[in-house]
Amino acid sequence: MNMKRFATLACATAASLVVFSASAQQRDVIQIAGSSTVLPFSSIAAEEFGNNFTRYRTPVVGSGGSGGGLRQFCQGVGANTIDIANSSRAIRPNELENCKSNGVEEVIEVKIGYDGIVFASRAGGGRFELEPEHVFLAQARRVPQDGEMVMNPYSSWAEIDSSLPDQEIVLAIPGSNHGTREVYEEKVIMEGCMKFEQIQALDSDAQDDACLAMRTDGRVVEIAGDYTETLARLESNRNTVGVFGLSFYESNRDRLQVATVSGVTPSIDNIIAGDYPVSRPLYFYIKGAHIGVIPGLQEFAQFFVSDMTSGFGSILESAGLIPLSDEERDQVLQTIREKESL
Amino acid sequence: MSQDNSNLTVQDKVVASLKRRRRQEKLFRTLGLGSVILSLALVAILFINIFSKGVPAFWQTSMTVEVYFDPDVIRISEKPEQQPNETFEDFDERLLDWETQLGFVNFNRILSDSITPLLSDFERSQTRYVTQLVTSGERHALRDMVMEDPSIVGETRSLTLLTSADVDVWLKGNIDRSLPDDQLQLPAVVREWADELHANGHIQNRFSTALFMNPDSRSSLASAGLAGAFVGSFYMLLIVIFLAIPMGVAAAIYLEEFAPKNKLTDIIEVNINNLAAVPSIIFGLLGAAVFINWFKLPMSAPVVGGLVLSLMTLPTVIIATRATLRAIPPSIRAAALGLGASKTQTVFHHVLPLAIPGILTGSILGVAQALGETAPLLLIGMKSFVASIPQSPMDQATALPVQIYLWQGNELRNFFEARTSAAIIVLLMLMISLNSLAIWLRRKLEVRW
Repeated sequence: MNMKRFATLACATAASLVVFSASAQQRDVIQIAGSSTVLPFSSIAAEEFGNNFTRYRTPVVGSGGSGGGLRQFCQGVGANTIDIANSSRAIRPNELENCKSNGVEEVIEVKIGYDGIVFASRAGGGRFELEPEHVFLAQARRVPQDGEMVMNPYSSWAEIDSSLPDQEIVLAIPGSNHGTREVYEEKVIMEGCMKFEQIQALDSDAQDDACLAMRTDGRVVEIAGDYTETLARLESNRNTVGVFGLSFYESNRDRLQVATVSGVTPSIDNIIAGDYPVSRPLYFYIKGAHIGVIPGLQEFAQFFVSDMTSGFGSILESAGLIPLSDEERDQVLQTIREKESL
Repeated sequence: MSQDNSNLTVQDKVVASLKRRRRQEKLFRTLGLGSVILSLALVAILFINIFSKGVPAFWQTSMTVEVYFDPDVIRISEKPEQQPNETFEDFDERLLDWETQLGFVNFNRILSDSITPLLSDFERSQTRYVTQLVTSGERHALRDMVMEDPSIVGETRSLTLLTSADVDVWLKGNIDRSLPDDQLQLPAVVREWADELHANGHIQNRFSTALFMNPDSRSSLASAGLAGAFVGSFYMLLIVIFLAIPMGVAAAIYLEEFAPKNKLTDIIEVNINNLAAVPSIIFGLLGAAVFINWFKLPMSAPVVGGLVLSLMTLPTVIIATRATLRAIPPSIRAAALGLGASKTQTVFHHVLPLAIPGILTGSILGVAQALGETAPLLLIGMKSFVASIPQSPMDQATALPVQIYLWQGNELRNFFEARTSAAIIVLLMLMISLNSLAIWLRRKLEVRW
């Protein structure tokens, strides 16, 4: 009796597994992964898409960082690979090559808007008015001093510049899996570093080495996780200055105090006007081969970029995304319509 | 004489050592008691911390509003009905078109028109702030009401709408209310309205059914709930129960009762014990490689999660079942065999029924462990944001512990710190009830020899 029951159960599970595997070839929900900066925007767009278009199912959005998302994206074509990779930086040539060698021939680039990168410290602490060179001097392994490169001697911000608070240097920056890191290095560190004549005199490889090498005495912490992890750092070590996305700062203004960069306070207005230096475009990449196979893929992209979803006064703007200009939007929409791949 | 002396010294030695022995015992008892108190204190701190943060999140502020479904705003054609000569596909297409038409209706205007009469101090220019009082998902709730029953247009209904997450945070005091304007998320006018509506009873703190009935949400944070994760976990546990338990029990019976004792079965036994000690994240890597890349099963689906968790639970079930079978006295088997029962009859008619309580306990503990497992699920894509309740084990889903991880990462910290703790409480309660079920079953069914 019992044995029979076991046998039936085992058969039933085996049979259901076979059925599952057979039906696994089809997928009717869009699958997205990638940048944790784009994740909140992408999730909101996905949810609104599902709510507005009852004929399509709500897309599923995963994280993993820009690099992780693009790696997953480039694994190949088929129902068990993702359809869209979110990225807070443009795809790199070697990533695109990797994509093509795995059979992902059509990669459609979609720019969705802009985001600012801000430096923030705990609310109620000293106010920071940063210049790019301050940040470089705080994080570099060797700094130029009296015509030589010496091991970074600074332990307090006030030692770097007397206008900064007398606060111990602890800097929490995004890990190398984040797209934010690349923008941070390009627009803050390199910028600050190149102000020193001694470094300008070097050749370009040596410049990169000198600028990007980080001190290893524990004053610079690389955060591999989300901004909440950076926030937790700030709360456990109250001297920490963290790197955040503007939208994250906006949601936690009661706990964070934002630093000005080159005298400009980060805000949506200042970024649109081009005054705030540390901003970058956000992207997602569509797998062209999946358009027409996964229902609603093209429509989702159009919905995301539409003025209603991500324009001025839209739900994504109130979530902190800085909208594209009208010309840019038209161009991106045309790219999606025509399926122009990279 | 010398004997007396030595006797005396032995006694002296004993008396002298007694003190030391008592001291040692006392020290040991104090250490033992100390560690018990310390561990209890740590658990208490953990629980107090979680409960003090999480319990208030079971209640959420919501607003009672008379909503007028204005026909001037909701301009839609009649809801299509299936014609006798129409195929289902054609009808479905017409219905979808109608639903799309409904999607373009500005339900935010319906909401703000219904809320503004409640505000004592309102100017036309402030309209865009009014919708910040209510969480954005409620406009879809209104749309769904119209979609369900179009005759509602033109009528007034009294509805309870969830307030937005920022309003909830403000009214509950989860944010420092004395902060200056530039450090608060809500504009001053919305804060005043919220306080006013709260004072005159339009906004009240009610038990949050959204937390249990809704799937996760990011566009309407206040309506984010656990239903999607709960159903995802449920599917996975079903798969574990129907896969790992029968297989584990069958394997254990074979190994314990039928298999010959030789090198091979020794190796198998060692490996099963090793398998039980393998860190769970390795099962996740294995699951991603085998089930997703090789069997082409979908990512983020409970079916893959269930298979991975089954693999993880299997050794636990085998070990528990074997221990129970071994504890059954050989006399039972001998008596059955002596009366002419076959080996199979002995096992299934006599040994297994006696082993059921132990097997059940072991299985329930294994399932409870699977319910709380997170690491392997992260590797098979179950940490994605899923805004719908999965309809089958093949649909994309998350699990309860992963939902805790996701909420922990949400950017609106003031709202989600409490929400996360509430999710932890729900998971803890499920675990406690599973474990108590196991203890209760063991007590009730246990046979003493």
